Amino acid sequence: MNDRKYTKDHEWIELQGDTGVVGITDYAQEQLGDVVFVELPDVGQNLTKSNELGVVESVKAAAEIYAPASGKVLETNRELATNPSLVNESADGDGWFIKMHITDKDELNDLMDEVAYSAYTLGLE
Amino acid sequence: MAKSSDALKASLKNTALNALHKQLGARMVSFAGYQMPVQYKTGIINEHNHVRQYAGLFDVSHMGQAMIRGDNPALAFERLVSNNITDLGQDRLRYSLLMNESGGILDDLIITRRSTSSGREEINIVVNANRKDDNFKYIEESLHGLATLEPADDLALIALQGPKSAAVLMRFDPTVTNLIFMSSSEIQINGINCFVSRSGYTGEDGFEISLPSSEVENLTLRLLEEPEVELVGLGARDSLRLEAGLCLYGHDIDINTSPIEAELGWAVDKKRCELNSFPGAKLIFKQITDGVNRRRVGLLPDGPIPLREGTLIIDKVGKEIGYVTSGGYSPTLKRPIAMGYLAVNHSNLGSNIWAYLRGNKLRLTVVSLPFVKHQYYRGT
Repeated sequence: MNDRKYTKDHEWIELQGDTGVVGITDYAQEQLGDVVFVELPDVGQNLTKSNELGVVESVKAAAEIYAPASGKVLETNRELATNPSLVNESADGDGWFIKMHITDKDELNDLMDEVAYSAYTLGLE
Repeated sequence: MAKSSDALKASLKNTALNALHKQLGARMVSFAGYQMPVQYKTGIINEHNHVRQYAGLFDVSHMGQAMIRGDNPALAFERLVSNNITDLGQDRLRYSLLMNESGGILDDLIITRRSTSSGREEINIVVNANRKDDNFKYIEESLHGLATLEPADDLALIALQGPKSAAVLMRFDPTVTNLIFMSSSEIQINGINCFVSRSGYTGEDGFEISLPSSEVENLTLRLLEEPEVELVGLGARDSLRLEAGLCLYGHDIDINTSPIEAELGWAVDKKRCELNSFPGAKLIFKQITDGVNRRRVGLLPDGPIPLREGTLIIDKVGKEIGYVTSGGYSPTLKRPIAMGYLAVNHSNLGSNIWAYLRGNKLRLTVVSLPFVKHQYYRGT
């Protein structure tokens, strides 16, 4: 059990103080297949919860990624520019997308915890 | 990433290999009314590369197989398609286009001329899965009783594609070596009577094997025992055919594209156009003579971002001059590739053009097709 929160669109966010680390779930990377490009926002950009954060391109399709919370982008994962397959190899870890400052932590309240997210993905099978 | 509902899944048709796909870890998707494997456990890029290096086995049983029979089935059927069938040699295949009156493409198909054991000639056709019901009805009606069309619903179709395909099949029947690209023969593989043609949709040397659905699981399992053979899903089938510059019906060609615009003039018989010998022939002849306003080209995007179907193409002042019809990532070239239609005045190799994607302009280069050289076996 971790303290990550999950969206219905298959993003995860992990709070470290006021900073949230954001990525997509292992379920999402498996559905997408081989990732060949990740488009990320610029550092300093302000994101609004549920608005587009970036795009993941797999061999067969493009998928939009949405911000799980509002706030300013502090850092993006530069490794993904040269090695997008990190998302497949380690969606939960080294394949993270961005770190962001969370404006309002209460915005995370309606997200799922790990148990709820697992149940949610099982329901999609 | 919406998943299909249970209700939709229940209405999908299955091929005879459905249970085996699932057992072997395939991810199943809805495609052309069928539940089909998009990839197996190793993923699209590995499967793609396996076909380019060894031999990949595809289930393409969703495609529409049918026999056209009658006194002179080649002559009767020829009146519906863009090229000659009556001059097609025995056991030879030809890529052809089923045409409509406005010069659009109803479907692209493979036509094989065969003689049966009784000595009677028949025409075998393979059409696209999502077009087969409409096509078969249209063809049957348009034959006007001169020949009949019988859908071969009891036949499966698998494709073995890649440089090691011939070596694999020769272990079962050495006469496979006599087949050249676009020819066919009835042979036994592992004791099963199969109709084998040297053809495919990957640009590689390879074979398509038509056989009774009741036997296809046995043969698939037997072929998978060969060390070079791995199952490959529809995802890699699409990236392979895109690298080979081959059209996908409903995307690169459809009823609103003409064979000339699609650069498929090689599948059109000019004489038959002039004589108005098939639907839309006169319009096609005019296009051959006067030219067309747009044409299908290969597109190489600068940078790492794949372009998808529907992406607009613009000139330097931002005017729309074309659009992408197929695009994705090329595992062989390790970069994005695409095909699309461009206004002819912008379609020269090396033209300065851009894709308009998510508010950005991305530089594109017009290139000749295919992206990856064809490796068809044409004899020694």
